[in-house]
Amino acid sequence: MTSPIAGGVDCDLHPAVPHLTSLLPYMNDYWRDQVTTRGMTDLISQSYPTNSPISSRPNWRPAQGKPGSSLADMQRQALDRFGAAYGICNPLYGVQMVFSEDMADAFCRALNDWLVKEWLDKDERLRGSIVIPVQSIEKAVAEIERCAQDRRFVQVLMLVMGDMPLGKRHYWPIYAAAERLGLPVGIHAGSAYHNPPTSVGWGSYHIEDYVAQAQAFQTQLTSLIVEGVFARHPNLKMVMLESGFTWLPPFLWRLHKFWRGVRMETPWVDRAPLEIVRSNIRFSLQPVDAPPDGDTLNRLFDHMQSDELILFSTDYPHWQFDGDEVLPRGLSQDLVCKIMIDNPHATYGRLKVKEMTP
Amino acid sequence: MNIQLRERPETASPTSVKTAIADCDIHPARATKDELYPYLEKRWHAHLETFGVHAYQGMMEGPPYPKAQPNASRRDAYPPEGGPQGSSLSFMQKQHLDPNNVALGVLNPLNTGQGIRNQDLAGAICTAINDWQIEKWTSKDSRLKGSVVVANEDGVSAAAEIRKRAGDTNFVQVLLLSRNVEPLGQRRYWPIYEAAQEAGLPIGVHAFGFGGNPITASGWPSYYIEEMVGHSQCQQTALASLVLEGVFERFPKLKMVMVEAGFGWAPSLAWRLDKVFSRLHAEVPHLKRKPSEYIRDHIWWTTQPMEDPESRDHLFQTIEWIGWDRLLFATDYPHWDYDEPSRVLPAGVSDANRQAFYLDNARQLYGIT
Repeated sequence: MTSPIAGGVDCDLHPAVPHLTSLLPYMNDYWRDQVTTRGMTDLISQSYPTNSPISSRPNWRPAQGKPGSSLADMQRQALDRFGAAYGICNPLYGVQMVFSEDMADAFCRALNDWLVKEWLDKDERLRGSIVIPVQSIEKAVAEIERCAQDRRFVQVLMLVMGDMPLGKRHYWPIYAAAERLGLPVGIHAGSAYHNPPTSVGWGSYHIEDYVAQAQAFQTQLTSLIVEGVFARHPNLKMVMLESGFTWLPPFLWRLHKFWRGVRMETPWVDRAPLEIVRSNIRFSLQPVDAPPDGDTLNRLFDHMQSDELILFSTDYPHWQFDGDEVLPRGLSQDLVCKIMIDNPHATYGRLKVKEMTP
Repeated sequence: MNIQLRERPETASPTSVKTAIADCDIHPARATKDELYPYLEKRWHAHLETFGVHAYQGMMEGPPYPKAQPNASRRDAYPPEGGPQGSSLSFMQKQHLDPNNVALGVLNPLNTGQGIRNQDLAGAICTAINDWQIEKWTSKDSRLKGSVVVANEDGVSAAAEIRKRAGDTNFVQVLLLSRNVEPLGQRRYWPIYEAAQEAGLPIGVHAFGFGGNPITASGWPSYYIEEMVGHSQCQQTALASLVLEGVFERFPKLKMVMVEAGFGWAPSLAWRLDKVFSRLHAEVPHLKRKPSEYIRDHIWWTTQPMEDPESRDHLFQTIEWIGWDRLLFATDYPHWDYDEPSRVLPAGVSDANRQAFYLDNARQLYGIT
């Protein structure tokens, strides 16, 4: 087993909203009334059914309530357990799934305010991601600017499957705001289900939706790179969260080959895709889609040609690993230090390096 | 081989010592728009002139993402007698089959009845294409073998077409495309798999097609490069569907070839499937084995466009994870992203693996001696 070191940054934690009614105190009268009068149900995404084994490690599942809904559990099972100096909260509550941009806006604001009060205010290690109503660029940018005043928000959060590919120019004002405010944009697994959850249509099973997250990340990376997001916003960092990363090398071989072949189509892409990934894109550690032997994993890191791409994550409370095996076997101590401390700090400019007392 | 009787132009001589290869992805084209008419009932001629093919995408002519080259093909591949690239057997022989010493060439016709909304028309065009493959190509050059194209959204008609061609040595596989109305594991396609297994024909799943779904899970992208790179993601998802729906449990002798969508993604996909399956197997109790085992036993990959990492060791390690016995060399002739046989595989491969890669795997899979 590879042991974690103290002082790391856990870049993917999922605090759960207990129920839509938990957000009522953070809504105005109109939306409180809408939720109650219309009998709106809880916004649980099909990407993470509450009782699915993926959604919680068995021994992290609480006796009652949703996995990830208790701060004390998160502290004991993740933050304390792995000695984190910081934990970045990425709420996956289904506020992006609604089709009304006004409703999405109200719910995102409530969710962000809820995160501050119920989580960030209660543990000084916790940091937040700003959930945005992506259907409306104006409202999304306004929400980023509103929340960014609180320095504990360290990134903007989007889902990997939304209405349009993420590189589309439509979204660029979001990226401009994030770059200006020193916020990376985190792209997390999950679909708004505004499109079929795979590129070849609707599958029959939850397991297909989950496997397909990795392919969705691949098409989004293509979109972000070839549309020229990073030519326009060279200082923008994007973090692929719960994306898997073992697909990255062959994906880049293919993208590089076609970029060489048809770069006349997107002449603003003036650097090789691998260079763009190295300078602007990062990936959370979990899930590690690889066999458990250290040899294969080290070959995969060699194929990635960089030790700066991976950021430590537990993906708490999702079931990605058992026991304390949050780090895959065979990693060198140097790589552990990079993954747990150096790489996250190089990515999240709003985190201050803490001196850990022994 | 009857080709030995042909007059050889001088361009063929310097290359005659080349090792024989199988090319598992060749695209034959029609020289003219109405070349298919002799194989189609008369009613369809007027129908096509009036309504077009009525595909699952908006363009009456041409693809929604304009290609990088005319007809997505090499500019040097226009036949001297006219017509688009890939439409002349004699020029294909002269430019590709003879100089590259192609011993087995698998034809994968595109722009057939696949991806057409009117299923009667789809079936008629597919049958016509199959007859046309025999008459124009396979009966004239025994190195060439056809693929049975079928009305993919109409399982019953597709199965009938496969049964009609069963035992016909002009054909070595059934051809599907990766993007359809539903993911390929769905039951609407099972009659195709049943008939293919019965006929002993592998199924080639070629990248491409339109089935009405946005070609990414987050909507329609902007550029041709996104469609091209994205074929590998569509193929991964289609393969995941085939495995997770239990197609290989139900049809244990079925073999499938992933054509023109890369192969480098296969190890990571198999690892991910196994890992997720270890958590979610209760949802898919029809699977009796790990997903990677179905993939290892039932799936082959064509090589073009060849994975091209900076380090050849990375390539070799990737192929070792997949298996040297599972790759089938292909050029994609006459398309623009054609892979040149002599330059595809870096030095450092054993003779046995090289022979498997270029020829033996294909001969074995397709039963060609």
